[in-house]
Amino acid sequence: MSTTPATDERVRKASLLTRALRRTEVGSLLGAIAIFILFSATDTTGNFGQLPGIAGWTDIAAPIGIVAIAVALLMIAGEFDLSSGVIVGTTGLIIGMLVQEFNMNIWLAILLAMIFAAGIGLMNGYLVVKTKLPSFIITLATFFVLKGANMAFTMIVTGSVRVTGTDKAPGFKSAFDLFSGTFKIGTESFQNSLLWWVGLAIVATVVLTRTKFGNWIFAAGGDANAARNAGVPVARTKISLFVLTSLAGALVGTIDVLRLQGMQAGQGVGQEFYYIIAAAVGGTLLTGGAGSAIGASIGAIIMGMAYIGIPFSLWNSDWTSTFLGIILFSAVMINTYIGRKAAGGKR
Amino acid sequence: MATPTLELVDVEKSFGSVIANQGISIKVDAATVTCILGDNGAGKSTLIKTLSGVHKPSKGEYLVDGQKVDFNSPRDALDAGIATVFQDLATIPLMAVWRNFFIGNEIEYGWGPFKLLNVKKMKEIAKQELLAMGIDLRDTNQPIGTLSGGERQAVAIARAVYFGAKVLILDEPTSALGVRQSGIVLKYVLAAKERGVAVIFITHNPNHAFLVGDRFYLLNRGRLLASMERETADIDELTKAMAGGKDLEALTTEIESVRGAKNK
Repeated sequence: MSTTPATDERVRKASLLTRALRRTEVGSLLGAIAIFILFSATDTTGNFGQLPGIAGWTDIAAPIGIVAIAVALLMIAGEFDLSSGVIVGTTGLIIGMLVQEFNMNIWLAILLAMIFAAGIGLMNGYLVVKTKLPSFIITLATFFVLKGANMAFTMIVTGSVRVTGTDKAPGFKSAFDLFSGTFKIGTESFQNSLLWWVGLAIVATVVLTRTKFGNWIFAAGGDANAARNAGVPVARTKISLFVLTSLAGALVGTIDVLRLQGMQAGQGVGQEFYYIIAAAVGGTLLTGGAGSAIGASIGAIIMGMAYIGIPFSLWNSDWTSTFLGIILFSAVMINTYIGRKAAGGKR
Repeated sequence: MATPTLELVDVEKSFGSVIANQGISIKVDAATVTCILGDNGAGKSTLIKTLSGVHKPSKGEYLVDGQKVDFNSPRDALDAGIATVFQDLATIPLMAVWRNFFIGNEIEYGWGPFKLLNVKKMKEIAKQELLAMGIDLRDTNQPIGTLSGGERQAVAIARAVYFGAKVLILDEPTSALGVRQSGIVLKYVLAAKERGVAVIFITHNPNHAFLVGDRFYLLNRGRLLASMERETADIDELTKAMAGGKDLEALTTEIESVRGAKNK
């Protein structure tokens, strides 16, 4: 190596490994690789690491990943959204009912459902910022209000616990192709939701690391007071992220209702925890101020692999949630440990 | 003499029946350090808040460059070039130094909604500006939380200077720091002064004030007790005046008699 100025010389002191580990995604990536190796070894179908297996677990991971990215951004800004699961059902049901009852064009129904979801996000965000109550409580309330409304409205409107016949809507074909169609890699069909997910992960990463808004997200979650003193519009940043989270849920609701050509009133309930698990496994700090979209996506991949890997290994799939619980605990433990080690600069 | 950069004329601030500041007249010149000293409850906080635009004076005049001003918010004061560095509320620990430096003032490139951060330029400027203040960092990409308390204060000072502060108000910048760290901060106070900034240094430590100050104002019970220029001031006088002169003498004799009684 040639001689470099003294100041640059010292930058190199942080080893490549330390610098890599300083990135929150790396811990979860190592975890994902370990789980991939585990299931590849225990797999009895010979497909887990092949295209059919990958198509299977990305299909499960994609809808989790789409919302988990938005949830991660919101968590970085220091807030939770427990209504992010139920909104999937709410928007799917709205689309289904508008089609079933009014024979509405599917595109218009999707637009209206998106506007409704944005309204819910706006309300969540506004209430959190105005009342200064924990977002955990406010969105928990929203969760239960919507959960009840989903059931009650579906019963009133359809007389049953599900809406059906979404495929009969005008414009269904074009919407289906965009949201719930498939594309081929080799001989294997992959769901379009995978493309939505990857696209969102790229956009979210650019926004988070390379835009002013991304800077404000980290600042709002890192220290809201200091951010405000520096002129960051903390309230606006948080409200935007609540809206984004609801819209991500609405996107998954749209994908689901088109794919299933109908929807159950209980759809989406309980999913909010999967999003939070994916974000946390991916290195998002629960107290805010740190995290990444890539990390949340890796968290979603880990969950997808578990859901496919367990039956492929002929294990009892009743234990899937237990497995995920252990993964969550170990991942957050390891991330925290690595984070403390790598932050080491503290003198 | 030139017009002071900042001047208060007979300012009073009251909250209902409580008079927090009364008859405060101070002058702050460019490229000097003006120290405002006072014990707890002397009215320092109210004075800082008045200067930084949080409070409006109930009476009296607030002049910047000889012009009367009327600030409605800290943002107004900031726009007029009056920046305040609060002790703990200055930086975001988990964010990189350069991000902290530019937070709220990010440099972007691109068009319309597709603007991206000019990371390279911001890192360069942050490194260069910090170096100009004598802060030599290994890497502006490290989280600011990995810096010491003194260094963090220094980054906040450098940031305020870079973004055009002509008056820099420092709220007890050394009170939570050890001797060495305090030394670092005092060095940057002088560096800011060298760059032509009018520094207002608020402290209850007369030793720190005496090291850097050009002019000293003493607050006690909301009033201006004394004002001294560097040439005429001496540290004992300052300390005594701060504690209320006679009170301190009485306290000294009392403590000495207690110690004497014990030693017998």
